[in-house]
Amino acid sequence: MKRFLEKAVKWLLTASGFVTSAVILLIIGFLFTEGAGLFREKVIEEGYVLALNRENPVRKMDAAQIKAVFDEDITNWSELGGPDLPIETFRLEDADDYFSEEELGSQYENAGSLIASLVASRPGMVAFVPETLIPEGADLNFIEDSSISPAEVFAGSEWYPTATPAPLFGMWPLLAGTLWVSFFAILFALPFGISIAVYMAEVASERVRNFLKPVIELLNGIPSVVYGFFGLIVIVPLLQQVFGLPVGESGLAGSLVLAIMALPTIVTVAEDAMRNCPRSLREASLALGATKWQTISRVVIPSSMSGIASGVVLGIGRAVGETMAVLMVTGNAAVVPTSILEPLRTIPATIAAELGEAPAGGAHYQSLFLLGVILFFITFFINLCVEFISSRNRAKNS
Amino acid sequence: MEKIEAKDVNFYYGDFHALKGITMEIPEHKVVAFIGPSGCGKSTFLRLFNRMNDLIPGARLEGSILIDGQDIYGSGVQVDELRKNVGMVFQRPNPFPKSIFDNVAYGLRVNGIKDKEFISHRVEESLKGAALWNEVKDKLNASAYALSGGQQQRLCIARAMAVSPSVLLMDEPASALDPISTAKVEELICELRNEVTIVIVTHNMQQASRVSDKTAFFYMGEMVEYDDTKVIFTNPHKEATQNYITGRFG
Repeated sequence: MKRFLEKAVKWLLTASGFVTSAVILLIIGFLFTEGAGLFREKVIEEGYVLALNRENPVRKMDAAQIKAVFDEDITNWSELGGPDLPIETFRLEDADDYFSEEELGSQYENAGSLIASLVASRPGMVAFVPETLIPEGADLNFIEDSSISPAEVFAGSEWYPTATPAPLFGMWPLLAGTLWVSFFAILFALPFGISIAVYMAEVASERVRNFLKPVIELLNGIPSVVYGFFGLIVIVPLLQQVFGLPVGESGLAGSLVLAIMALPTIVTVAEDAMRNCPRSLREASLALGATKWQTISRVVIPSSMSGIASGVVLGIGRAVGETMAVLMVTGNAAVVPTSILEPLRTIPATIAAELGEAPAGGAHYQSLFLLGVILFFITFFINLCVEFISSRNRAKNS
Repeated sequence: MEKIEAKDVNFYYGDFHALKGITMEIPEHKVVAFIGPSGCGKSTFLRLFNRMNDLIPGARLEGSILIDGQDIYGSGVQVDELRKNVGMVFQRPNPFPKSIFDNVAYGLRVNGIKDKEFISHRVEESLKGAALWNEVKDKLNASAYALSGGQQQRLCIARAMAVSPSVLLMDEPASALDPISTAKVEELICELRNEVTIVIVTHNMQQASRVSDKTAFFYMGEMVEYDDTKVIFTNPHKEATQNYITGRFG
């Protein structure tokens, strides 16, 4: 009976281990397949075509050009390698401008042939219409559709996932925003975090430390939406006043909020590392006539450097993945940031804000998963760094 | 001439009376060994000479300790200056996680010496003094942790000697070493006595008899007997000393 129980426990543990691992791998696999699906999507919105006049030789346009044409940033075919001809754009909702309701018919049954003949009669026109609307054998040319290319996605600097006829998925502004905010957050958190850690580990009396440490660890438990709220109510108006900004929501506000959020991690890990610096090393330093500060700066901090570094990297990890607080205070403008005082947008904030409105299975939806994949790689890389630093530390101490 | 004088020293860890009325004099350029069973207060007493016990919260000292006639617990004494003059070697080798060179140079650097030539000269001298130069001269930039335990301990001795102290305190310096390394450290002690006054705490009575000129026997926080090493080991006056050195207890 006893032996049977032990066997059962063993199998139970094995099974739960495997199930958990399988679930995690499944999630990652799901993330990757959904993300990779973006590159199988077409540039032009599904079910639609871009119809051209027979005489127009232009056949290829990439997503950015399509968007520029329909935004009227490009107004002449010569800019796209065609003849010197002004571009006229046509969307379905423009039909009322060209035809009367009687002509279109009560069910729009005549719309297809009318549009086809309209495009056929105007050499400079490009029409964005549903594929099914165009009558068979219409005397028209069509822009050749291609798949979304990785270069456009990773290096593109425009994020317009809901633009029609061709959405733009340039992720560079989001990636830059994430790195930018995290970088400044760490820049702010690092000096404060290290000083607090040194103070708690070396200077503070036992009683002060026993009070301070739980308080700082408490900061870890505050929900991030509360930090975001605090940032929105306090930091954002403050920055607006101090720097005279049109809007206070900016990368700087995000960085400050993230710095506050990353502090407890940095402080706790760095303080533990310094407290773990062997007493014998301190004594050796003091016995050579070093003062307390010389001992701290030349022995304690260097010998706990790897611990401090892990704390910092963990703090970065927290900053990179943080969603809610950043979403609330950074202004969420998807542009490549040039100044920390401008609004910007991070990857997690984008996912959180847009997933709800992206139709499942569409290109937008898949692009958000691809953002998730990028985020996964960033945090994975950070975790690798922590692992590397702490394994080096273990090797050094043994 | 007396290098160190302790006058009626009482020491407390909180309520615990660790040292009870100890008075002793340590002559210059001699090696004095402290022996006694664990917890008898010999290490505590040793650590009073460079005020290492200052770090312990709740510790309290009565009486006075004089080095070169100056009360080291008097007001106006700079503890770091005192420790520069009174070096210490610990029970376990405790090199810094730095290079061999930087370990020895550390004491000079924290005392404000910046002259690179002087530092490297002093490092070489100290390593030679610790009989370690020939073993490490080609790898001064290697980590000190790459050395063996015995080498590390000699490095620690070199490190302590680099700042030219006049007293060297050794707290069981060979207890973590193998017999060959121990012999090297003992040899070193005999050579260093020309430069410094050495106070050594040891559990090993053969070691005390081999290296020291005078020996003090501690028991339960009291100094039972203090005399020439020869007398202590051949003809002690107190019965407790006799019992301890013959191995009847401790």
